[in-house]
Amino acid sequence: MHEHDVIVVGAGGAGLRAAIAAQEAGADAAIVSKLHPVRSHTGAAEGGINAALREADSWEDHAYDTMKGSDYLGDAPAVEALCKGSPEEVITLEHWGMPFSREEDGRVSQRPFGGLSFPRTTYAGAETGHQMLHAMYEQVVKRGITVYDEWHVMDLAVTDEEDPEDRTCYGVVAYDIASGEISGFRANDGVILATGGMGQVYDHTTNAVANTGDGVAMAYRAGVPMEDMEFIQFHPTTLPSTGVLISEGVRGEGGILYNAEGERFMFEHGYANNAGELASRDVVSRAELTEVNEGRGIEDEYVHLDMRHLGEERIIDRLENILHLAEDFEGADGLTEPMPVKPGQHYGMGGVETNEHGETCISGLYAVGECACASVHGANRLGGNALPELIVFGKRAGRHAAGDDLGEAEIPTGKTGEYEMADYEFETELGELGGTSPAAADGGAVVTDPETVLSAAVQRAEAYVEELMDRRGRNHAEIRSAVQKTMTQHVNVFREEPGLKQALEDIQEAREAYKDVAVSDPSRTYNTDLIHTMETRNLLDIAEALTMGALARKEFRGAHWRKENQIRDDEEWLKHTMVSWNDGEPELWYKPVILEGENKTYEPKVRSY
Amino acid sequence: MSTQVPEQPEESTESAAETETQIPSKGDARREEKRRRAAERRAQKQAEEAERAAADEDTIELKVFRYDPEVEGKQEPRFDTFHVPFTKGMTVLDALMYARDTYDSSLTFRHSCRQAICGSDAMFVNGSQKLACKTQISELQEPIRVEPLPHAEVTKDLVIEMEHFYEQMHAVEPYFQTNELPDGELEEQRQSRENREKIKMSTRCIWCSACMSSCNIAAGDNEYLGPAAINKAYRFAMDEREGEDIKQKRLEIIEQEHGVWRCQTQFSCTEVCPKDIPLTEHIQELKREAVKNNLKFW
Repeated sequence: MHEHDVIVVGAGGAGLRAAIAAQEAGADAAIVSKLHPVRSHTGAAEGGINAALREADSWEDHAYDTMKGSDYLGDAPAVEALCKGSPEEVITLEHWGMPFSREEDGRVSQRPFGGLSFPRTTYAGAETGHQMLHAMYEQVVKRGITVYDEWHVMDLAVTDEEDPEDRTCYGVVAYDIASGEISGFRANDGVILATGGMGQVYDHTTNAVANTGDGVAMAYRAGVPMEDMEFIQFHPTTLPSTGVLISEGVRGEGGILYNAEGERFMFEHGYANNAGELASRDVVSRAELTEVNEGRGIEDEYVHLDMRHLGEERIIDRLENILHLAEDFEGADGLTEPMPVKPGQHYGMGGVETNEHGETCISGLYAVGECACASVHGANRLGGNALPELIVFGKRAGRHAAGDDLGEAEIPTGKTGEYEMADYEFETELGELGGTSPAAADGGAVVTDPETVLSAAVQRAEAYVEELMDRRGRNHAEIRSAVQKTMTQHVNVFREEPGLKQALEDIQEAREAYKDVAVSDPSRTYNTDLIHTMETRNLLDIAEALTMGALARKEFRGAHWRKENQIRDDEEWLKHTMVSWNDGEPELWYKPVILEGENKTYEPKVRSY
Repeated sequence: MSTQVPEQPEESTESAAETETQIPSKGDARREEKRRRAAERRAQKQAEEAERAAADEDTIELKVFRYDPEVEGKQEPRFDTFHVPFTKGMTVLDALMYARDTYDSSLTFRHSCRQAICGSDAMFVNGSQKLACKTQISELQEPIRVEPLPHAEVTKDLVIEMEHFYEQMHAVEPYFQTNELPDGELEEQRQSRENREKIKMSTRCIWCSACMSSCNIAAGDNEYLGPAAINKAYRFAMDEREGEDIKQKRLEIIEQEHGVWRCQTQFSCTEVCPKDIPLTEHIQELKREAVKNNLKFW
């Protein structure tokens, strides 16, 4: 068994920042990650980090833009914490040596991004995430923070009181990928989940193969609700064949979108008469798909993103990485021809429900970064707001877990505040289907002794792995693929009731198939068959909760569009979707949005660009 | 050594049908029976496909290195042959994933981002160090030979032990250091565009270790820092924000016995770098800096 004060799960931007902050606050922090830190998907982020750094800008303007961008589903205390914290965090990164792009006077550059009222996106070429990830990993090396890399965290060690709000997390159980050893990791002061995105729920995604939402699913099965999962950002400019991301920076620098008829459709077809290509991502994605659906797409599949007019010098200076990506993954030369692009799954706005300190409703359990939902992005995330979330909330959670006082949180978690149960009747059976769960409660007396809770979790994990290895059955890959296909077909940019119902049925069918899943590689050495099989289970839970939320929410808000009701319905739907695992019988409920900020209330306005 | 052949494109619909028919089955006996029938169907399909593959020009042949220290039959390294249907734009990584997900789920390799930024999937493809995800099948001669990176211990199949590489990276104090940060609140250090440009290529390293694997010197001298670690040192030594005193310290580190002077300027690292970092040039420049620096103290 291993023991530390704070255990951080995941080693991308949020995890590294959390570990550094916890250590700075005096805790012995350790990172457990299924990837070596520099392999984390933060490295693929391209565009930039929004921060109100300049005199003419203010955190208040940044907060206003973010609330508007969220279509008023962001919680003001979290949004304001993000916008207030970002400038300091960006400067900290600079002081850690991060090589930002620079102005003539040597100060860090900022550029315009979609949905922003001021050019406040700081960046390092079109490789901001790579530079940020490496700068932070360098600090982890400098500080000698322990990293257990290529350890896959399987489960949380959580007590099993009836109400999740009464439970406590004492650590995690992880599987050493290299050796097959299963070990408990005792966390004296807290476990911080920073496991990133869940894009592998879809088959056309900018996300890495490793982005399987492990932390979200683990916390969910331990009792923490998933929040606003139906809000999925489809990035308007991904390469059609692979889903590789072409940064919003291209449009920020002046790149133009054309349809097959050579029309600048964002203006000519009236999708965004003011902002054009720089409208919010959901607006541009729907515009592109509408063009394709109405027969004005190229090869009936994509549109063109043209940056040739920016000139070679500017492109090389600010977007060089884009030239390489378009060349290597689509065979397009961005200097001499337009690049083919289409919408692809990019980001999950929802995640593990937390407050503005990163705390969940389970004591000692935190979540930060893309896996968390504080919520700063609401129904739609603005470009350049993901990276500041990692560093601002990574730091807050790290400090809080280590015992720093951040004051009373204003966002309630779990069923501790105002809430209402959904009155939606699902036609499909949901949840566990009576299968075995590694997080299933034992029944009987509630065990609260940390050592016992942890060793019980280790034993469950060992039994689970043994069962997967011993039994004969089907491979997980076809199950995963079936889920990805139905999600991409039915729970995409445009959503309607029959398709969503079909998706829920398909997911349930996949769950049934998963009961027969087996690992055929008999080896304990680097068994990726086993790791992927465990990940697929997480994808099932996430796909289901996501689709439940999407089916029940009959309105059009941010990234969530419903054919049956194509307007934002504040009367009925100005509220967060919550899905609780409820010991295997998923339960849908809602909690109010907090629009009251420190000095003002963000009154919902029409979101036009 | 096993020779495996692709299944039909209809495979996916076939599996969906299997899934459906299995749902109502609760009894073990029935499930067993279904499994047996499914296995028979698969075997038959594979046999049919073997014939088809022989005639099919759109199928590529991969010969993949296999090894597992604890699995009987894999303890002696061998090559397995996989036939994968070719699709436009297919990369070596795509082909490996197809082979794994379709024929042999124990086929093991590191990969994550699929876009040449996580640095997980450097391999030895047709005799040279490549990132599998950015290597187009169409540019390779068949059969395509895929092996783990040379000069490292093999953990399993295409996975190598990375610990030594990480140790060398950590040995150069790979973190920003300075004695003078600006006083003002929210004030950044100034850096000229020229200086940022100077270090830009060096900051693009993704720690894939292709360079280390290609280096003859590193192969013979296990303590040699290697191109990636020296490049990391360059990234900081050339960063004007660190200051002269720190640069002194950095030059001392790379001048050690197993540092820059071991490099024999063979350019193999530069040739294989998937991020086009001019590694050899950076090493040469550090040698010149070190000489200049030593002359200063004469």
